[in-house]
Amino acid sequence: MDHILSVITFIPLVGALIILLMDKRAAGLIKGFALTVSLINFAVSLPLWWRFDSANPGMQFVENAPWIQSLGVNYFIGIDGISLFLVLLTTFLTVICLMSSWTIEKRIKEYMFFFLMLETGMIGALVSLDLFLFYIFWEAMLIPMYFLIGVWGGKERIYAAVKFFIFTMVGSLLMLVAILALYFMNIGAGNEATFSIIELYKLNLAPNVQFWLFAAFCLAFAIKVPMWPVHTWLPDAHTQAPTAGSVILAGVLLKMGTYGFLRFAMPLFPNAVEQFTPFMMTLAIIGIIYGALVAMVQDDIKKLVAYSSVSHLGYVMLGIFALNQQGVVGGLYQSLNHGISTGALFLLVGVIYERRHTRMIKDFGGLAKQMPFYAAIFMIMTMSSIGLPGLNGFVGEFLIMLGTFLSSKIAAVFAAFGVILAAAYMLWMYRRVFFGPLDNEENQNLKDLNALEWGYLLPMVILVFWMGIYPGSFLGKMETTVESWLGQVSDKRIACAQLTEKPTLASLIADGLDNYSR
Amino acid sequence: MLDWIWLIPFLPMVGAIINGTVGRRFPKWAVNIIACGSIFAAFVVSVASFIALTHLDPSQRFHEVTLFSWIATGSTSIDLAYLMDPLSSVMTLIVTGVGFLIHVYSVGYMHHDSSYNRFFTYMNLFCFAMLTLVLGNNFLVLFVGWEGVGLCSYLLIGFWFEDQEKAKAGMKAFVVNRIGDFGFLLAMFFIFMHFGTLNFREVMAAAPTAITAATATLICLLLFLGACGKSAQLPLYVWLPDAMAGPTPVSALIHAATMVTAGVYMIARCNILYSMAPGAMATVATVGAITALFAGTIAIAQNDIKKVLAYSTVSQLGYMFIAMGVGAYAVGIFHLMTHAFFKACLFLGSGSVIHGMHDEQDMRKMGNLRKYMPHTYRTFLIATIAIAGIPPLAAFFSKDEILWMAWSGGFKAQWALGFLAAGITAFYMFRLVFMTFFGEERHDEHVKGKVHESPWTMYVPLYVLMGLSIVGGWVGIPEALGGANHFHHWLAPVLDTGSMEGARHAAALVGDIGPSAAYASGGGGGGEGHSIIEYILMFASVGWALIGIAFAAFCYLKRTDIPAKAAASAKGVYELLYNKYYVDEIYDAVFVKGLVALSNHFWKFWDVVVIDGAANGLAKVVRATGGGLARLQTGQAQGYALAVAIGTVALLAFFAAHATL
Repeated sequence: MDHILSVITFIPLVGALIILLMDKRAAGLIKGFALTVSLINFAVSLPLWWRFDSANPGMQFVENAPWIQSLGVNYFIGIDGISLFLVLLTTFLTVICLMSSWTIEKRIKEYMFFFLMLETGMIGALVSLDLFLFYIFWEAMLIPMYFLIGVWGGKERIYAAVKFFIFTMVGSLLMLVAILALYFMNIGAGNEATFSIIELYKLNLAPNVQFWLFAAFCLAFAIKVPMWPVHTWLPDAHTQAPTAGSVILAGVLLKMGTYGFLRFAMPLFPNAVEQFTPFMMTLAIIGIIYGALVAMVQDDIKKLVAYSSVSHLGYVMLGIFALNQQGVVGGLYQSLNHGISTGALFLLVGVIYERRHTRMIKDFGGLAKQMPFYAAIFMIMTMSSIGLPGLNGFVGEFLIMLGTFLSSKIAAVFAAFGVILAAAYMLWMYRRVFFGPLDNEENQNLKDLNALEWGYLLPMVILVFWMGIYPGSFLGKMETTVESWLGQVSDKRIACAQLTEKPTLASLIADGLDNYSR
Repeated sequence: MLDWIWLIPFLPMVGAIINGTVGRRFPKWAVNIIACGSIFAAFVVSVASFIALTHLDPSQRFHEVTLFSWIATGSTSIDLAYLMDPLSSVMTLIVTGVGFLIHVYSVGYMHHDSSYNRFFTYMNLFCFAMLTLVLGNNFLVLFVGWEGVGLCSYLLIGFWFEDQEKAKAGMKAFVVNRIGDFGFLLAMFFIFMHFGTLNFREVMAAAPTAITAATATLICLLLFLGACGKSAQLPLYVWLPDAMAGPTPVSALIHAATMVTAGVYMIARCNILYSMAPGAMATVATVGAITALFAGTIAIAQNDIKKVLAYSTVSQLGYMFIAMGVGAYAVGIFHLMTHAFFKACLFLGSGSVIHGMHDEQDMRKMGNLRKYMPHTYRTFLIATIAIAGIPPLAAFFSKDEILWMAWSGGFKAQWALGFLAAGITAFYMFRLVFMTFFGEERHDEHVKGKVHESPWTMYVPLYVLMGLSIVGGWVGIPEALGGANHFHHWLAPVLDTGSMEGARHAAALVGDIGPSAAYASGGGGGGEGHSIIEYILMFASVGWALIGIAFAAFCYLKRTDIPAKAAASAKGVYELLYNKYYVDEIYDAVFVKGLVALSNHFWKFWDVVVIDGAANGLAKVVRATGGGLARLQTGQAQGYALAVAIGTVALLAFFAAHATL
């Protein structure tokens, strides 16, 4: 049996534990060690890409071992075309983040410890195929992120951290209830006790039952995405988080929401999806337009980028709920793109913040003259973010809008309108920061990018072009999985729609509890 | 040879990559050779491809080269692929030919600029995007070029970005173009939905059977929205006059000769779709005609030499759209080509004037420059005669044929607007010539005695373009004047199906006379039945242009007090024209300020007061009533576990207690 996924999941944890044993005064050593661990993990994860069989729609690199047998909990992990690139994105971005964290000075040991813990949590959540296991990793991600914001954040970090924690926790709790309900219903239907998502996919539930379970999962994931109107934790969390925290938050944590919909909420409750689709599409569209408009009037660059995330993730959700090949693949692809381009934008904001200790647009102007390379990379990421063809963002946006159009024309009209706004808010910010006279004295001696900054920005630039010009390297691996995913969702929807008896949720749970206690 | 057409866009791209990455370490001559050399090489390949095409049977004159599969998932499969056919070949020749001349000119014009290599990087990048636009074999590759030229336009308008106004102009161009792109994107989705492909040849072949006239109309109107953005037609023309903030070679290449004609090219490319949609065609012709006149009137009252030329460009593009709208696609492309020659010549000439006048652009401070700049004067005058429509120069043939097509196609109102605009064109262009090159010297003190002619790298391209402005029209002399109309026959394999169909539908729609036989002479290549009306109209428009010129001479040479008096006596009209009908001010007040206000409301009221207020209020309630949740903030793991447990139990109890949900 192949243990590559376990290795990738737990290397960072082992690294984190070793850091605990290190002397906290050896700052350079700790930083170097953490970066090495993340690099090793990235190197180990990379073969997944070419070893992944794109013709196989099912789970690959599967590991399944009993864990808590009495409850039917298994250590069951694996990846398919949906999670493959999210795992790679996580290992990749962790390296980038730890490089950018080289300038951290406060409590380095704890910082690196939490960051590696976070990586384990994220990868674990992405590879888990057992709901119990998933929930553990899901919660495990939350804690290091909470501390990263709360300890290494900006002035309002405590408020932001608590807000982040409470929003996410509220959703998670409801999801836990839904998980348990699902678990007992599965038993109630006469099946063996299991948390295996693959087994639970087979459980056909009546649409009215699905409705409530979906609602609970949906809330948890929608908060994470975040969808309008539960998005307000995001601008605060992003603005206050340290640079690397923002990068990982935008790059991976938000994707946990969209991933959750694809992996859990939608294939488990397809009839509810059908009912919820108009509602979800409406929220996604509001997110696109609202996020873009609010981004436009921000005076803090980082907050602007944060609101732009609300808009971008609106596109991702729209694509997923288009429920066709173009839309779902587009949504998946866009979630990777967002990780790269928004991640890079946060890194770039971090670069200027370190030099000037301000992120206010009005403090800048004319930077293109003083920092031409910085301005050039910022321009590339801006263009990537507003979907210029030839760069990564366009491929995702195009597929999403095409897929959306095929399922709802009116939604696509709004989505295409968002494209105009994206150009407006990004270019307006860019103009005020980089163009015009270099009249602020404090900006007149700014240094352009240093070697370290080039080191973590250049890989992002390469990816932006690669993913825009030759998306085939990525789309080809998603294709089959998404196709079978769509088939599975629609088959199950048809099967469940035919359920004539309509048992109530509560009675099903009661049956499950009965069976379980027997 | 035709297998190598991908080199045409790729050569300038390589030039851009080299100059963009390591160019700043190169001496200027090396940057020049890379920039001009790459575009010249692309020109050579274009000529070779053209020759290769001529050796093919007219019905076989197309060749597709697929580089790789770009976006493929499910039923969507889009290749990065190029198509060479008569239409693309005309466009590539214009873009690389005129583009090369403008590159050479820029060597002189930009000589003193500190960002020399950045300029040529953008210029080459632009050529790559523009050539991708005209060579793409499907809508999406065209769109890549479409957005690419938009990006380069943005970068080059704001080339001197330290001036906030110039940076603003660049951003305005990009955002306004995006409004057009909105239409273009939706059109592509409709096309994909109905055809399952975005490939031009497949779509055009299937169109007559695959879609209804209503669908075609919708698609064509959406595409036209895109064209209005890119080609600066009402109501989206507002970015083009501001785009003059860019260096003058940019105005010549991007904002006159090539990019702004992309919308015209795109409609010609989709001629079969348009011909199925008479309503859309009538819209195109009407918008074109109104724009032609509207922009022409503004040009009368402008004093900035480049602004006059900018409004003139908007107006000339209007003519091209009239041609598209009346189904005379080949004639529209003909005017596109002649316009590229004479307008590039005019813009480069104005650049030479600005250069020689030490960055002065206000014509009120010029005068008598023919004495100091003989080469510029000579070439500029010829190009002005060309644009005014005096035979046998280029625009006479192309513009007159457009007007004739409009008339004979039954578009009498559009013809009238276009005819009116023609005389106005002659007037404002000669007003420009007289104010600049004739009369007394009104130069500022600091330039007196320093006015000079430009170096040969600048005036040699002017002479070449002047030559083209004279002879460029001769390839398309209509049969009515005893010509062979080679240009039209060359484009016939791509454009003829649409022309004939479109003419019939469109004329039927405007409810006027049916397509006259004369249509065939220009549109179909027949050669019979030239009506006497055609000759009468020809004389009328030449006469009308001469009146415009004479009136300009009278006002600006003989009685130079008249313009000021006229402006004073018709103050309202003058102010309206001088301020460009206040369109910018209206847009700013309604759209820009409106959106900002709305956004602030969303942020400061909905996000902060409503949503956060609710969330924080909820948190306060929880904190006040129970101690449990307060523990959450301590960061103790036991706290979390307890909360999880309590919540779970509570909710399970809730569900269990409610028998029905």
